[in-house]
Amino acid sequence: MATPVIAPPRSRAAKGGNFELNSWLFMRGSGLILVVLVIGHLFVNLMVGKGIERVDFAFVAGKWSSPFWQTWDLAMLWLAELHGMNGLRTIINDYTTKDTSRFVLKTLLYFSAFIVLVLGTLVIFTFDPCGDPGFASENTFCGGN
Amino acid sequence: MASSPVGTLYRGREGMWTWVAHRITGVVLFFFLFAHVIDTAMVRVSPEAYNQTVEIYKNPIVGLMEAGLVAALLFHAFNGIRLILVDFWSQGPRYHKQLAYGVVVLWTVLMVPFLIRHLSHVFGGN
Repeated sequence: MATPVIAPPRSRAAKGGNFELNSWLFMRGSGLILVVLVIGHLFVNLMVGKGIERVDFAFVAGKWSSPFWQTWDLAMLWLAELHGMNGLRTIINDYTTKDTSRFVLKTLLYFSAFIVLVLGTLVIFTFDPCGDPGFASENTFCGGN
Repeated sequence: MASSPVGTLYRGREGMWTWVAHRITGVVLFFFLFAHVIDTAMVRVSPEAYNQTVEIYKNPIVGLMEAGLVAALLFHAFNGIRLILVDFWSQGPRYHKQLAYGVVVLWTVLMVPFLIRHLSHVFGGN
């Protein structure tokens, strides 16, 4: 009598990594870091001093003259945008019923994420408040008087 | 209609409603981030352009919307931590309801002082 053959168990994941598992992990990892980054951001910008009332060009200039806040904001930008993009991707997958609408919405999503990441990164790295003559002449930290 | 959906998942109550609220607040935060990066990009236009833009946030009505945004953010943050605990902590699934009420309590404890301070900035000017 022939030995019964038992089918091998399914492989754990398709070859070439497991994208959905990695994105699931990313949501939890980035989420945990964002709790600290965003609540810190809100506290410094809305609670300290006069809160939103004191936020203006000079306030941003002061903050981004420090590499600490540049790094903080850059990390927050990338983690938040990728976290949000991945969340919206899940929501689109859940609620769209047609391939066309899924494709259109995801194209818009990835396009907007690209704009936000590129624009945000450029703004953080190329911001030079002292490049504005009016601002530079009135503010001592630009070397003016 | 079943009167007692005991033993099933996502039939109302804490598990489903926190899931629904997590989705809605997440979408709100995503769209705000888009607007917020654009408004901050005004610093590259001119000091006047940025100051004009940020002036919008000091308007009382927009100030109230900011309070709503912070409310959404704090819920999303604390419920996210609850989610991580349910997924990774061995006792998480057993205490998921208690964790949900913990989220609500922590949210309230932070929202009260935040609202007092933020709304006095927006409406009181100091």
